[in-house]
Amino acid sequence: MISRSSRLASLALGAIVVVAGCSNNSGATTAPTNAAGTEAPASTGAITPQVPTGNVSLSGAGATFPALLYQVWVEKFSEAYSNVTIDYQAIGSGGGIKAITQQTVDFGASDAAMKDEEIAALPSGTKLLHVPTALGAVVVIFNLLGADGTTAIKALNLDGTTIAGIFLGKITVWNDPAIAALNPDLASNLPATPIKVIHRSDGSGTTNTFTSYLAASSDEWKNGPGVGKEVNWPTGDGAPGNDGVSGGVKSGDGRIGYVELQYAVVSGLSSAAVKNANGKFVKGSSDGVTAAAEGALAEFPDDFRAAPIINGAGDTTYPIASYTYLLVYEDQKDATKGQALVAFLYWALTDGQKEEKAIGYAPLPAEIQQKALDELHKITTGGSAIWPM
Amino acid sequence: MRTIAMGAAFLCAAPLIAVLFFVAANGISAFSLDLITKAPRALGIGGGAANAVVGTLQMVPVAALIAVPVGVLGAVYIAEFANRRSARVIPFCADVLVGVPSILIGIFVFTFLVLPFHQFNAFAGSVALAVIMIPVVMRTTEESLHLVPNALREASLALGVPAWRTVLSVVLRTGLPGILTGTMLAIARAMGETAPLLFTALGSRVVNVGDFGRPMDALPLFIYVNARQPVDALNQQAWGAAFLLLLVVLIINVAVRARSWGQRIG
Amino acid sequence: MTTAASTAAARFGRAASRVPDLVFRSGSGVLAWAVVGILGLLAVLLVLNSGEALGKFGFSFVTGTTWDPIAAIYGALPFIVGTIASSLIAIILATPIGLLTAIFLAELAPRRVAIPLTFTIELLAAIPSVVFGLWGVFVLGPFLSKTVEAWLVSTLGWIPIFAGPPFGVGLFTAGVILTLMILPTIVAISRDVITAVPDSQREAMLALGATRWEMITKSVLPYARSGIIGAVILGLGRALGETMAVTMVIGNRPQVPQSIFDSSQTIASQIATTFNEASVGLQTSALIGLGLVLLVITMTLNVIARLLVWRVAGPQGPN
Repeated sequence: MISRSSRLASLALGAIVVVAGCSNNSGATTAPTNAAGTEAPASTGAITPQVPTGNVSLSGAGATFPALLYQVWVEKFSEAYSNVTIDYQAIGSGGGIKAITQQTVDFGASDAAMKDEEIAALPSGTKLLHVPTALGAVVVIFNLLGADGTTAIKALNLDGTTIAGIFLGKITVWNDPAIAALNPDLASNLPATPIKVIHRSDGSGTTNTFTSYLAASSDEWKNGPGVGKEVNWPTGDGAPGNDGVSGGVKSGDGRIGYVELQYAVVSGLSSAAVKNANGKFVKGSSDGVTAAAEGALAEFPDDFRAAPIINGAGDTTYPIASYTYLLVYEDQKDATKGQALVAFLYWALTDGQKEEKAIGYAPLPAEIQQKALDELHKITTGGSAIWPM
Repeated sequence: MRTIAMGAAFLCAAPLIAVLFFVAANGISAFSLDLITKAPRALGIGGGAANAVVGTLQMVPVAALIAVPVGVLGAVYIAEFANRRSARVIPFCADVLVGVPSILIGIFVFTFLVLPFHQFNAFAGSVALAVIMIPVVMRTTEESLHLVPNALREASLALGVPAWRTVLSVVLRTGLPGILTGTMLAIARAMGETAPLLFTALGSRVVNVGDFGRPMDALPLFIYVNARQPVDALNQQAWGAAFLLLLVVLIINVAVRARSWGQRIG
Repeated sequence: MTTAASTAAARFGRAASRVPDLVFRSGSGVLAWAVVGILGLLAVLLVLNSGEALGKFGFSFVTGTTWDPIAAIYGALPFIVGTIASSLIAIILATPIGLLTAIFLAELAPRRVAIPLTFTIELLAAIPSVVFGLWGVFVLGPFLSKTVEAWLVSTLGWIPIFAGPPFGVGLFTAGVILTLMILPTIVAISRDVITAVPDSQREAMLALGATRWEMITKSVLPYARSGIIGAVILGLGRALGETMAVTMVIGNRPQVPQSIFDSSQTIASQIATTFNEASVGLQTSALIGLGLVLLVITMTLNVIARLLVWRVAGPQGPN
């Protein structure tokens, strides 16, 4: 199955070849192929980034939001290129930004685009590129036993006001009237269990996305804890990473938290259907996120630092979505590593996109994918581009 | 009253049984060749803790290589050469160092061996473990050296053997069992330490063999990370790794203490 | 036991004066003093690197209740309270149990019961903190929330400090795990201290017609009192610095807890969870400030405790 975006990508690349005239790449090249059959333009092998020969090891750190995707990517890429080892440490978007700023890793990862202050804190004379890799949904997960004490509640409708109320600590029990009003058929089974909120204890892009939603839904939240990778949570326990939050919610009855969609899936936790801008209750899904992304294309900024996509229009749109980025320096000090990095990024933006939907992430819209691929040309080492135009 | 005291004593012993029981019950089923030989994989499917096993097997011996000479020779100084004041101050400081929270040792080593290089690395991890081991080795060695009869030293000196040679060939050799005891206990403690590795070796999903300039995983780090995962398979791996760690640590402790508790009671 | 007479002058005298001996002696001396050096360097480092935060907030660093990296306000009180409260729970639970156990092992138990029991309790000390944490998350926490905590909340819940709901995660669970971790320390040192009480004390008491138990409570324990206090303080010191097991069950909530069933955060767990991604500058300096507070507290307690124990039972090995 050839996805539409990959076809467009190869068409676009073919067009670049025609327009640019001849390619003057020297030396043998290895176009990144992947075990599942290639969609990379094989006939134009000269213009795809080459994977260096010899052992290369790359280290990256950052967001847990895309970590489940990146783990799959790292495994598949290493299968195709066994000489490249990639170690990705999921320590949260805040940690990723810090690590790449301090240059303790080769690439960083964050769902929250870097703020101006964070960019100002980069080493002087350096420039960091935001390479979008995927989109994901932030879902509200919960672990709840019904009032009868035996059946687990698997489906719940919630809206922005109610969710904000819960995370503000105003709504403290599961059978609160606000929750019951949204779930008339469940109302009799809603237990009097106290609600325990699990939030992030580390600097998180997922928190940034979720609090953007809470601020849009509640003035009290907007003027109180506000939006950010870290906020002052009025209530609840902290846990590190998306994995920690889902583990925390899973660990006991009555707990509620927010994570990227795939974490809900792998942990077997139920997630709420959230009311979107059109008034429909929508569960998190790849399609719902894609709808949100397509609707926000016009607002995508030139410097790639997009804000979370909240309350997008559309019946099927999921209201809490976000891009996630890999952060790489425009000028790579180590030529071999830089080469491997560009090859990996290229793979991620082309073949890697195919892995996303199956695990609940959404591939980049074609327009953004193209912009991202174009961005890769900017990466240089020793003064010259690693992947020339 | 006697029964209350006896009840208290058995209440003390119960937790060990409880912990052992649950770690074994949950860990044995996860304990397999795969756990030790395979690297972590997405969602734990088909993966294992090879990164952690290999990491501990490298960092702890290197830590011991640093800690044992420092600890033993330091103890030699206290027991054989130091003046009265030093012989009180240094062991006292060693005891205080034992009581310093290991997370502060982590910050300490981070500042000198991670920050200047902008790189989390396994060597810093080993040094942090060594700092924790040194006072343990030093104090137990010192105690065993004090037990060596003075007559042996005097006989050696009378034969014309220089002092340094006396210490190495006669005193240390006689005190060797005690030194080994202290070393094994220190190793068991280092194997189980997590906090000092958080800011030094950091941890790694990749199996790192031999590269001490990069992050490396360790069994305690692996357990800490996988305990909070929402995926059952990963929790199981945490139990499996805990079982392995506990087994080794307890075997070392039993082997070492079995010799000495007989004499201490009664 | 360190004997003051066992020094170089007594042992080697002029025999240790030639060059190789001097090299050996100074070399080993350097390594020995390195331990003192590490301790001093650690203290200096923590003081220097916390300067930024301590300078900015002064005394309110220790009394402030808000830890807010976004507004750049750092007050350590939530963690100080969490640390002290969890350790206090541990001491309250561990002292009576530990002391009674030590008495049993030292005075009352026959050898063939005392040996395996001592053995078992010593092995408890060898269990790594992270294994306790794993067990705490999956076994102890859920167990406590359904049994002990639920019972306490239902009977004492009207007192604010016992207010529920009992989630199994929080100050109380952390306190119980700390109890298990410091019991071996309290038991071992108390037992050594009790054993070190001269028999003449016991015999005198018995000669006066006291029962076994009266002998223990009226003669042995008072004599060993400072050592026992030392043992408890050493246990407290260990509890205060415990990181991993506490981090995994305490809930990581940087607020001053109102009830023992609330989630909380200790100094060590706050450092453990946020140090790596703390922004360079004020936040890192504040975390190191936390470390300094912890160092001061634990070192002070350790020194006091060791002195107390040394008075009764002589210098102890590492425990």
